[in-house]
Amino acid sequence: MATNQTYYVPEQSKWPIIATVGLGLTLFGLASILVNGSQGESTTIPWTLFFLGALIMAYMLFGWFGNVIRESRAGLYSPQMDRTFRWGMSWFIFSEVMFFAAFFGALFYVRTFAVPWLGGEGDRGSSAMLWDGFQATWPLTQNPDPSAYPGPKEVIGAWGLPLINTILLVSSSFTVTVAHHGLKAGNRQKVKLWLAATIVLGLSFLTLQAFEYHHAYAELDLTLSSGIYGSTFFMLTGFHGAHVTLGCLMLIIMLVRIFKGHFSADNHFGFEAASWYWHFVDVVWLGLFVFVYIL
Amino acid sequence: MSAVADTHTQEHHHGPARGFTRWLLTTNHKDIGTMYLVFSFTMFLLGGSMAMVIRAELFQPGLQIVQPEFFNQMTTMHGLIMVFGAVMPAFVGLANWMIPMMIGAPDMALPRMNNWSFWLLPCAFLILVSTLFMKGGAPNFGWTFYAPLSTTYGPPSTTFFIFAIHIMGISSIMGAINVIATILNLRAPGMTLMKMPLFVWTWLITAFLLIAVMPVLAGVVTMMLMDINFGTSFFDASGGGDPVLFQHVFWFFGHPEVYIMILPAFGAVSHIIPAFSRKPLFGYASMVYAVGAIALLSFVVWAHHMFTVGIPIAGQLFFMYATMLIAVPTGVKVFNWVATMFRGSLSFETPMLFAVAFVILFTIGGFSGLMLAIAPSDFQYHDTYFVVAHFHYVLVPGAIFGIFASAYFWLPKWTGHMYDETLGKTHFWLSFIGMNLAFFPMHFLGLAGMPRRIPDYALQFADFNMVSSIGAFTFGATQLLFLFIVIKCIRGGKEAPAKPWEGAEGLEWTLPSPAPYHTFETPPEVK
Repeated sequence: MATNQTYYVPEQSKWPIIATVGLGLTLFGLASILVNGSQGESTTIPWTLFFLGALIMAYMLFGWFGNVIRESRAGLYSPQMDRTFRWGMSWFIFSEVMFFAAFFGALFYVRTFAVPWLGGEGDRGSSAMLWDGFQATWPLTQNPDPSAYPGPKEVIGAWGLPLINTILLVSSSFTVTVAHHGLKAGNRQKVKLWLAATIVLGLSFLTLQAFEYHHAYAELDLTLSSGIYGSTFFMLTGFHGAHVTLGCLMLIIMLVRIFKGHFSADNHFGFEAASWYWHFVDVVWLGLFVFVYIL
Repeated sequence: MSAVADTHTQEHHHGPARGFTRWLLTTNHKDIGTMYLVFSFTMFLLGGSMAMVIRAELFQPGLQIVQPEFFNQMTTMHGLIMVFGAVMPAFVGLANWMIPMMIGAPDMALPRMNNWSFWLLPCAFLILVSTLFMKGGAPNFGWTFYAPLSTTYGPPSTTFFIFAIHIMGISSIMGAINVIATILNLRAPGMTLMKMPLFVWTWLITAFLLIAVMPVLAGVVTMMLMDINFGTSFFDASGGGDPVLFQHVFWFFGHPEVYIMILPAFGAVSHIIPAFSRKPLFGYASMVYAVGAIALLSFVVWAHHMFTVGIPIAGQLFFMYATMLIAVPTGVKVFNWVATMFRGSLSFETPMLFAVAFVILFTIGGFSGLMLAIAPSDFQYHDTYFVVAHFHYVLVPGAIFGIFASAYFWLPKWTGHMYDETLGKTHFWLSFIGMNLAFFPMHFLGLAGMPRRIPDYALQFADFNMVSSIGAFTFGATQLLFLFIVIKCIRGGKEAPAKPWEGAEGLEWTLPSPAPYHTFETPPEVK
C-alpha cells in the first residue's frame, strides 16, 4: 500500500496547449510537404508550418521540462510524486517496446511466411504462381518483381561495423551504470567522466551508423525501396537510430544538469529515467544485431 | 498522514479560473473529464450524422442521394470518428471524473499531461475531418484501412489521416499512462487492489491494453506512410512484402481495441446493477479475474478477423478456439450481473434501464460473435451485414449504452441536480427501440448475403433496409433529446443529495453533490 504524503497538483499550465499547437503544426506541415510534393505543388507554406511547429515544440520542451526541474528543485515533489514519475517512465518505455514489436513482428512474418510462400513453400504456396521462378532467400536480394523493386547488390554483414556498434552500445550501458553508482556515492567527478564517456560512445555509434547507411545507399544499392529486406532493415535500424539520438540528447541534458549542480545522491530520477531509456535502446540493438544482422 | 495539497497550491484552492483559460490551461481532472465528455458527444453527433447519410442512401435500392465515392468516405469516417472520437474519449472522460473520486485521490497523477492528452484530440480530429475538403476526398477505404486499398489506391489525403492517427495514439498512450499511475500510486490508505471499485479495475486493465496496442497501430500506419511516400514494400508482394501483413499488424491492435471500448462499460455496469438491485455485486473477485482473462485472451485472437484472407488451416483452428474461449470469462460476467439482480430489490431508474438493456443486448452481440468465430461459418458471413449487425450490437447497446448508463448514474454527482427522470426514460425507450430496429434486421440481411460497405443493393434486401433506416433515424434523432436532458440537468432541477441512489456504494458518494472542484485533499481512510 502506498503511503500518501503531500501530492503536488500543479496550477494551470500553458504548456499543454502550446505543445498541442506545436505538434499539430509540425505534423500537418509534414503531411502537406509529402502530399504537395507528390503532386508537384509548391511546398513553401508546408515547410514554413513544419519549421514553425518544430520551433514551438522545442520552446515547449525547454519550458515544460524547465518548469518540472524548477518544481523538483524547490522541493515540491514528495516520494509519492517520485513513484508517479517512475511508473510513467516505465510504461512509456513499455509503449516503445510495443512500437518496436510491430516492426520486429513484420520482419518475422515476412521471413517465416510471406517470402517462403511467394517462393512456393508451405500452406499458401499457391501464391508462388504470382511470379514464376521466384526464389525465396533471405536476405532477399532478388525481389519477386525486380522491375518494380530492384534488389540490393549485397547486404550489410554482421561482423564489420555492426559488431563494433554492438560493442560500443553494450559498453555504453556499463559506463552509464558506473556514472549512476558515482552519483549515488556522491562522487560527482566520477559522474561527469563516465556520463561523458557514455555520450561519446553513443555519438560514435551514430557516426558509424551514418557511415553504414552511406555505404548501403552508395555502394550496395540497399535502400528503402529495394524490396522488403531494405524496408525492414532501414525501418528497424532507422527507428533505433532515432531513439539513440533521443537517448543521447537526454544524456547530454543530464550532463549539463550535473555540471549545474543538480541532483543529489538520493534524489536524481531525471538521471535514472535517462539511463533506463539508454538501457532500453541498448536492448533493442541486441535484438536488431541478432535478428537483422546475424540471422 | 499529512494533507495532500502543498503550500503552493493551497493558496489557490478557491475554485476554477474564470473565462476560457479555465478550459484551455486547466489541470483539474473534473474540467478535463468534462471536456472529454463534451468532445465525445460532439463527435458522436458528427459520426452519427454520417451514419444518417449512409442509412438515407440505403433507404431504398439504387443511388439516390450520394455518389459511391462519397458513400465510401462516409462509412470510413463514421467508423473512425465513432471509435476514436466518440467511444474512447467518452470512457477517458468518465475515467477522469470518477477514478480520483473513487480511489480518494486529489487529482490525476500527472495533471498537466492530462490536459495535453485531451487537447491533442481536437487537433487530431481537425486534421482528420479536414480531409473531407481535400483534393481526392477523405479516406474511403473503410475504418480498417486495409492495404493496398489505403496504400496503392488510397486518396492523397491518406497521409493526413496517418498523422491524425499518430496524434490520437499519442493522446491515448499518455492518457493511459496517467490512469495507471493514478491507480497504482494515489489510492487512499487501506484501499488494497482487491478493494478497488470495479470501474477502476476495468480501467486499469484497459489502460494496460491501450499502452500495449496503440504503439502497434502507430507502427502499422507508419509502414503505410513509408509505403505510400518512401517506396518501401511492406504491403506490396512484388517487393517481397504482403498485404496480409497489414491485416495481421492492424488486427493485433484492432482486437484488443474492441475490449478497450467495452471493458470500462463492464466496470460501470458493475456499479449500476448492484446500486439498483440494492445488493452487493455478486462475485467481485471473479469479475476482476474475468476482466484480466478477457484482456489476456484479446492478444491471441486477432486473426479471427481474417479467416477468409487465406491463412493456414492450423492458424484458423487456433484462432477459432482461442476466440471461443473468450466466451468463458464473458459468460462469468453476464452470470454475475444476473445473479446480482436475482432476488434483489430492483427499481428501474434510467441508469438501470440502460444497464439491463446492456446486459441483454450485449449478450446478443456476444452470441453473434461466437457464430462469427466458427471459421467455416465465417466464410459465409464474412464482409456481410451480419458482421455489421454483430459489432453494432456490441458497440451501441454495449459501449454506448454503458456510457449513457454511467452519465445518468453520475450526472447528479457532477451537476448537483437530478436529471428529468421522465425524459431520461423516454430517451432510453426511444434509443432501445430505434437501435434494435436499426441493427436487428441487419442480421437477416447479412445471412441472406448482403455485402457491407456498398451504396446500392439487390431488390430483395429492400424491406429490411427500409426498416433499418427508420430505426437508425429514430435512434439518431433521439440523441438530441439526450443533449437537451443534460443541458436541462446542468441548468437546474431537483437538488441532488450526496447519495441520490440508496443502494449505491463507493467513495464518490461520500462527497457532496456537486462534487467540489478539489476533492480528497486529505485521503480518506478505507476500511
